[in-house]
Amino acid sequence: MAGTAVQRRLTWTVATVTSDVRETPSVRTLQLGVPGWTGHRAGQHLDIRLTAEDGYSAERSYSIATAADESVAITVERLDDGEVSPYLTDDLRVGEQLEVRGPIGGYFVWEKADGGPVLLVAGGSGVVPLRAILRERARTGSDAPVRLLYSARSLPDVIYRAELDGYAGLDGVEVSYALTRHRPPGWTGYARRVDAALLAEVAWPASENPLAFVCGPNSFVELAAQGLVGLGYPPGRVKTERFGGT
Amino acid sequence: MSPVYSRFRHRREVPSDKADRLPPGQYLAAGFPVLSAGPTPRTPLSQWTFSIEQGGKTLKSWSWDEIQALPAETVTKDIHCVTRWSKFDTEWRGVSIDTLLGAVEYDAEYAMGFSDGGYTTNLPIEDLTDGKAWLAYSYDGEPLDPEHGGPARLLVPHLYFWKSAKWVRGLRLMDTDEPGFWETYGYHMYGDPWLEQRYSGD
Amino acid sequence: MEPLDGNAVAGELAEVFGTEMTVFTATCGSCGAVGPLAELAVYDVAMGIVIRCRNCAALLVVITKVRGMSCVDLSGLAALDPPQAVGAPS
Repeated sequence: MAGTAVQRRLTWTVATVTSDVRETPSVRTLQLGVPGWTGHRAGQHLDIRLTAEDGYSAERSYSIATAADESVAITVERLDDGEVSPYLTDDLRVGEQLEVRGPIGGYFVWEKADGGPVLLVAGGSGVVPLRAILRERARTGSDAPVRLLYSARSLPDVIYRAELDGYAGLDGVEVSYALTRHRPPGWTGYARRVDAALLAEVAWPASENPLAFVCGPNSFVELAAQGLVGLGYPPGRVKTERFGGT
Repeated sequence: MSPVYSRFRHRREVPSDKADRLPPGQYLAAGFPVLSAGPTPRTPLSQWTFSIEQGGKTLKSWSWDEIQALPAETVTKDIHCVTRWSKFDTEWRGVSIDTLLGAVEYDAEYAMGFSDGGYTTNLPIEDLTDGKAWLAYSYDGEPLDPEHGGPARLLVPHLYFWKSAKWVRGLRLMDTDEPGFWETYGYHMYGDPWLEQRYSGD
Repeated sequence: MEPLDGNAVAGELAEVFGTEMTVFTATCGSCGAVGPLAELAVYDVAMGIVIRCRNCAALLVVITKVRGMSCVDLSGLAALDPPQAVGAPS
């Protein structure tokens, strides 16, 4: 593979939480200091490993929330019956450590050279790697037009709300929310789950050869990806990343 | 590298009066984890059968209704998964494998449990008899959920739980022991949780 | 259980193969379906990694780790090809 940089062998490293942001009552972004970090690509993820005092360990994957060249950060949503997420959102303190492995992934990534137009379809916390892509686009001065369709339960559940709203009016970026459970009074945006008809309204026409990234829970991704293929998107131009639970 | 211990706590503390019920290396599960090597099969009960086979021949086969008509037992057992979670006092209802094997004439020492979807697991017949194993179709008083192996699964609680094949459709009797699915990939042929027989060679 | 996709085991695969694997193109040995490893159906990451064809559910890859050594069975695949060179049409 011509031009591929030699990859550092993937191993576990000890990272330190350097700062954090409470994004919503149940979502927290953790900025991490990782020794020897050589950078990442927008869309990649980190594996993290927690070990309890009795030796029990649990591993999970979290998408990196920042653009290449920015400090690595992950955004974690607390799942009520989760084993790991509540510890990350509520217990882990700035200054404490956790084991990480990464950056990981080469499929669900976007860089300036990939161009556009780009369609980003997010289901809940699936917005995390897509926000990294938006930040990468801004960081590199890419003029690829991008549309983000973000499905969330309600407006308070929208992660990075201020940042995403800040894109409104900016050249080439459009953000639409689909609020599935509660809407604020006077809401004129989408008020239902993302379905084929909704996609047809928001998605770039297939004739423009767009690149789509779909991320979220399994069933969300399944439905959205099929919807886009139904609109004529070649399957190879629809990238998917399914999230599990806990 | 050595792990970094954190204040991470898992909800797996064992009450001290039950500590001797936990095999080495195990933790108490919070829920009932669902793990499978493939999609959940959906065989309609009208097509479902349980068979005992040997040498390519079916010795006996029961339909769902025939299984339901057999004497059943309700048992409460501790179960232990090789992935380190254990669950105490799980309640199952089903037909003892003694009842099923008792209905056929056979001469074999081992059996391969086989399931919808292609999963297999091997066991000595000795570990399927004398009240040690069941064809279970009910868990916690309810029909066994497909996610947990319904309509019926093998239940062999004295061995690691991968031996309790979900979606089981029969037993293939064998003269010699042969590895099933996970055993082929390095898991122990027998799987005694009290001897921590997780992998081949343990 | 709903399967995740190859992205979920990208880290494990990178450790075993020494390189990023989710961009590799897999061809199902049963039905011939072709697609990136990232999009395949991934089951049971606790006992081992089990990867199946999303089209026909055939078993493609099984990876277990026994005492630090990985056992890798790729026999369900008809092919596993690295990504095309930069510049080739995607």
